[in-house]
Amino acid sequence: MTAAAAVLLSAPLISSAADDTALQALDARIRALEVEGQKLREQAAAALAAADAAHAELEKLKASMQDTRQAQATAAVSAPRENSTPNPGGANGNAFNPGIAVILNGDYAHHSLNPDSYVHTGFPNAAGSGPQGLSLGESEVSFAANIDDKFYGQFTLSYEDDNGKVGTSIEEAYIDTLTLPQGFGVRAGRFFSNIGYLNSHHAHTDNFVDRPLAYQAFLADQYGDDGAQVRWVAPLDLFLELGGEVFRGENFPTAGANHSGVGAHTLFAHAGGDVGSENSWLAGVSMLKASTTGADDGFSGDNTLYLADATWKWAPNGNTKDGGVTLRSEYFIDRRHGTYVAPADVAIDLTDPVLEQPWIGTRRGAYLESVYRINRSWDMGYRFDKLWAGAGNPFATGFDPVRHSVELTWRNSEFSFFRIQYSHDDPLRGSTDNALYLQYDVSLGAHGAHKF
Amino acid sequence: MIKVYICLLLLLATRVAGAFEVFACEPEWGSLLKEIGGDAIQINVGTSALQDVHVIEAKPSLIAKVRRADLIVCSGADLEIGWLPQLVRQAGNPKVASGAGYFLASDQITTLEKPTSLDRSEGDIHAQGNPHFQLDPYRVLAIAKALAARLAQLDSAHAADYQNRLDDFSTRWQAATKTWETKAAPLKGRKVVVHHMSWIYLLQWLGMEQIGALEPKPGVPPTSGHLATLVDVTKSSHTLAILRAAYQDPKPGDWLAQQTGVPAVTLPFSVGGDDQAKDLFGLFDSTIDKLLAAAK
Repeated sequence: MTAAAAVLLSAPLISSAADDTALQALDARIRALEVEGQKLREQAAAALAAADAAHAELEKLKASMQDTRQAQATAAVSAPRENSTPNPGGANGNAFNPGIAVILNGDYAHHSLNPDSYVHTGFPNAAGSGPQGLSLGESEVSFAANIDDKFYGQFTLSYEDDNGKVGTSIEEAYIDTLTLPQGFGVRAGRFFSNIGYLNSHHAHTDNFVDRPLAYQAFLADQYGDDGAQVRWVAPLDLFLELGGEVFRGENFPTAGANHSGVGAHTLFAHAGGDVGSENSWLAGVSMLKASTTGADDGFSGDNTLYLADATWKWAPNGNTKDGGVTLRSEYFIDRRHGTYVAPADVAIDLTDPVLEQPWIGTRRGAYLESVYRINRSWDMGYRFDKLWAGAGNPFATGFDPVRHSVELTWRNSEFSFFRIQYSHDDPLRGSTDNALYLQYDVSLGAHGAHKF
Repeated sequence: MIKVYICLLLLLATRVAGAFEVFACEPEWGSLLKEIGGDAIQINVGTSALQDVHVIEAKPSLIAKVRRADLIVCSGADLEIGWLPQLVRQAGNPKVASGAGYFLASDQITTLEKPTSLDRSEGDIHAQGNPHFQLDPYRVLAIAKALAARLAQLDSAHAADYQNRLDDFSTRWQAATKTWETKAAPLKGRKVVVHHMSWIYLLQWLGMEQIGALEPKPGVPPTSGHLATLVDVTKSSHTLAILRAAYQDPKPGDWLAQQTGVPAVTLPFSVGGDDQAKDLFGLFDSTIDKLLAAAK
């Protein structure tokens, strides 16, 4: 429109008075056209602004639609409200059944020295390294669940072959408190004492087929009895637990359930932590003090067992199941002040001590084991065992038993493993037992959560 | 001896309670807690992106952390079943043993791949579905909302603070999600082979497809026999990449990459899995950047 007006303006005009009127008319028309042009320009700008506004609105709408879509997508993956409360189970009586875990374990052992024909010098009641030939090892079934808001319960039945006495026994049956404040916990019932490292661990989590000689000798593999435990965990950066237990005092190394059936006491302290991201440690000291009448090894009197334990684990990036090394050692000191009386049903009496005599002295034991985890499936380990019969022990001969063991384990999954172990054991002066073990160990049912 | 114990007890029991402490089982939840809690909470993360969280040990250091916690935040869906119950039982801390102090991310969202039958011959399967959901931004946002509500419930003095931080996080997260979705458009429809079944949420979000796994069954280490069966399908499917997490053994994926010419890509999987994955935003940035790099 502006261009058209310009064309009109630039057109040649004839200058004459007669044409004045025409000129004026033309001028008026140009002015009108100019006004019209301005009007149109304004209209066009308004239209453009309107289009812009509409566009912005559309964008906003689109964005809000995307937000809505995002909100919908988020809502779609959020748990539905009814999921936040557990299914009550209705009339189903099994809804509250405890978690059931079954451990199956079997061994084959070939000993060059018949295990029934000897005991380690100075330790007449040592649990021994298992029978000759095929046997069922520690196979057990355990039930565990929260009882109510304040208590947890666990019940473990185990199959045992204890010196030819075959049968099932209640290995553990205890309740734990869940809601005591300030890091306190109380356990009552039958349970394995928290002394040392291995004692509170079930055998199926061990790195070797059998327990270290010190555990066999001083605790008949594992010390548990009917009792109660108080435990406290400190609110620190470092892990620190302190506790004590009272036990009936019936099971070896104590016996007779003295002091109205409260015959044994323990105290324990464990500390642990990390060094960097690849190293972890756990160490402790513990004590078991008992008053004993007629223990399986013929001892009566006061006995105190001191234990020190230390574990160090290193693994690349802390992935202990995929590689790394575990080092563990425990040291035992056993102080006895009492008398020896030959038990009536004594089966083996190699050293034939005088039937009645004082038993006042200190015995010691130790082991050091090192396990190298090659990968998720394989590990191999070496263990050194030593016992010191000490003086004042009616069974001592001046000889101290020593044993070396090596093992190789293959795991198909975290629920099954197969192990081969060779042990070279000098239990007596001049006698050696070369033993070869094959073991399988599997767990089925509830997924276990193991201690460090 | 007993006197020493009692003295120690009194000394330690009087330790003044400090800030609101939260124990996070995995680094992604540690990062989310930082977004929502900020300076109001102290965060202890139990594991790193270089660890396989299926098989962590109940280490003493972790027991100590759970002992002090006012809240624990974990993935759940049985991911930590081999160690978390042991930590809680040993720590003797009723605040986090159950109830409000025990926050499982899996309870806040719906999970995928819930098995129809439970049989361990199928490998390490999770009855409550696949627990590796941290790479779905929508689930992360849903968890963030539930977590903020839980923090506000337990630490009401800072409730407004948590809400403000959640609002701020949501805005930034939703904007970032749009950006990621736009950027990742070329990945749609692309096929991948995975090491462990831990990528389903990411793949579903980006419209990608899994055509095989290096583990013959979940949790069972790759075998040479099983890897050999993957060569043909990987070659013939115009496969984008072989995916593994930062903590996983690179050997099986590298072998398959060599046989097929398909690149093996290590993704951070969690916060701290590579240099770029410093927080949740970095985790997603890095994941998408690495996938796009493979697509070029």
